[in-house]
Amino acid sequence: MNPILIAGGRVIDPSTGADDIADVYLVGGRVEAVGRNIDVPAGVRRIDAAGKVVAPGLVDIHVHLREPGQENVETVATGAMAAAAGGFTAVCAMPNTDPVTDNQAAVGFIVRQSQRAKKARVYPIGAISLGQRGEQLAEFGEMVGAGAVAVSDDGHPVVSSHLMRTALEYAKTFGIPVADHCEEPTLARGSMHEGVVSTRLGLPGIPAAAEEIMVARDTILAELTGGHVHLCHMSTRGSVDLIRRAKDKGLAVTAEATPHHFALTHERCDGYDTNAKMNPPLREAEDREAIRQALKDGTIDAIASDHAPHHYDAKERAFDEAPNGIIGLETAFGVAMRELVEGGYLSLSELLFRMSTQPARIFSLPGGSLAVGGPADVAVFDPAVRWKVDPAQSFSKSRNTPFAGETLVGRADLTVVRGEIVFERGA
Amino acid sequence: MTAPSLGKDLLGLQSLSATQIQHILDTAEPFKAVSERRIKKVPALRGKTIVNLFFEPSTRTRISFEFAEKRLSADTVNVASIGSSVSKGENLVDTARNLEAMRIDMVVIRHGSSGAAQFLGERIRSNVVNAGDGKHEHPTQALLDMLTLRDHFGRLEGLKVALCGDILHSRVARSNIWGLTKLGVEVAVCGPASLMPLGVRDLGVTVLPRIEDAIAWADALNILRLQLERMESGYIPSVREYNRVFGVTAERLARAPKDLLILHPGPMNRGVEIDSDVADGPHSVILPQVTNGIAVRMAVLYLLVGEARDWAGAASAEGMEDSE
Repeated sequence: MNPILIAGGRVIDPSTGADDIADVYLVGGRVEAVGRNIDVPAGVRRIDAAGKVVAPGLVDIHVHLREPGQENVETVATGAMAAAAGGFTAVCAMPNTDPVTDNQAAVGFIVRQSQRAKKARVYPIGAISLGQRGEQLAEFGEMVGAGAVAVSDDGHPVVSSHLMRTALEYAKTFGIPVADHCEEPTLARGSMHEGVVSTRLGLPGIPAAAEEIMVARDTILAELTGGHVHLCHMSTRGSVDLIRRAKDKGLAVTAEATPHHFALTHERCDGYDTNAKMNPPLREAEDREAIRQALKDGTIDAIASDHAPHHYDAKERAFDEAPNGIIGLETAFGVAMRELVEGGYLSLSELLFRMSTQPARIFSLPGGSLAVGGPADVAVFDPAVRWKVDPAQSFSKSRNTPFAGETLVGRADLTVVRGEIVFERGA
Repeated sequence: MTAPSLGKDLLGLQSLSATQIQHILDTAEPFKAVSERRIKKVPALRGKTIVNLFFEPSTRTRISFEFAEKRLSADTVNVASIGSSVSKGENLVDTARNLEAMRIDMVVIRHGSSGAAQFLGERIRSNVVNAGDGKHEHPTQALLDMLTLRDHFGRLEGLKVALCGDILHSRVARSNIWGLTKLGVEVAVCGPASLMPLGVRDLGVTVLPRIEDAIAWADALNILRLQLERMESGYIPSVREYNRVFGVTAERLARAPKDLLILHPGPMNRGVEIDSDVADGPHSVILPQVTNGIAVRMAVLYLLVGEARDWAGAASAEGMEDSE
């Protein structure tokens, strides 16, 4: 691993608030120095970052990489490559694989595939329950020993409040968050948000209450247990209110939101576009606004893509028969820049905080900072480029995105993980 | 005036203009006569092939379409989901492509998924007619309801029509709401709140919580069928109570300030949403609805498959000559 000098860029370290023109010098997989006119030995690779933004690599705490089980749709390697191309240096892979990532061997497999791929780091998330069946706790201790950074039954809600309680209690031993997909299943028998659009389209709806009931339950259990509950992909204004109240009480509650939930609304389902089908569903304009405000005031800690690849055949179906989810690793930054930074909600530094520093902190991951001695996980962004999304150009194996053809703002030009260049645009 | 084109497909009434809807109803008028002739056939669609693709069981809609097609001299094939490749797991897009490869002209589709007709229409070159997609639309049913109302009242504008029953799951209700409101009819919906979709007022209708309110307000009631499985899924407690609270009974109608026209898209649950003496009573137009169904469907098929023509001189138009 050869030293790299990223020279003359606008260096933003959201972990300290630093934002200045500087060089970043990476040696031996670590940040060696950050400052002006760093002297480096002759022959060091020099990357001219003038006009670019140099920041800690983005960290995505919620992706689905489909391996093992659906390698035709995504693998750890292709997902890690798509992540790198999106400016991410680390992603956390949800355990709803086939077989489910619910034991130390399965966790170790993800870690090994990640090491082979040598792209963005991939951290496994273990299942809360065996087979994600919601019955018996999986072996958190052994999974953490093998490299798991959190537990979740994502894709399935934890229906049993008793199981959720014991998971929160048991996870405390290992210092990991319990990430919950909040959905009250008897209310959530629909295929889009319940509202005027679902009424018009004649599609069964999922009311906001289906999410909010579980958010309320989880914050109550966080108070009971003192455990760290992490609320995945928050989508409603009611959820934002509940999280705000929990945080005011000082509970160990963190939350994430996806780019599609702060960019799009349920109107997008018009015409039965299956690329607008996800769970939780796209909500109303008032919900979208609440999510944006929550990212501004910190009620929602982090932006996560919920990258969910599907084969094109699978989305080529009637709306109620199509699977949920969209790919998002390569569009997350551009969507967030357009909606939140150009939209006037966040500064660029605040956006980077929500996409790198804070997600790394809440999942206790390395990175999210340019501190000297820290890991050389760095991304160089062109913050001004306007580019059109062409799914055919994606590094993901899948193409399911509602942003196809849209113009986004800003994207990664270079991504460095552990001091190695893993992505270089145009290279 | 040149007649407004319907476009390639008839997917629903939401996307049609008042003029287009009016044009379909006007086109249906001369077709009514065809079914009254000794030889019930005109050559308008001679040489055209139509597939009736029914993924859900249907008796009257399928038969009505088939009669409409045959009375227009089209060649028709019926595909039901049972026993076909559809039940062997073939997906809709493959079914569509295979039909297209057989060089057909038109597909009439009934499917349990909302949006299925549009899905098909976007993927094949043939005309697509929606014969009911999930809970979305059933445009020809609403058109025949409107034709029946117009026959009786001589106009649509200014009428008050109440749609009664399970609005939440009803494609007939949605198509009626779009079609009627576009033509200046005041529409109310009436039924248990547990069967009322969220935001239904935004579609331009009044919500009346009690059947007595609907009876006191309306010129006509369109009484929707109550699917018996709604009980099992917990939307209402029992059909017995449904009849007692929401059933259209002769006793309730007797208290109305005027006689109400009674429509029902069928099949009826006698003694549940409608009592027999109402269904068979003097103000019921349930059977004329069925008769009008064929004329409306003939009009739709004719307008889609042929070039749209002005039907002012319909009698002299080429397609209308008797084939005998």
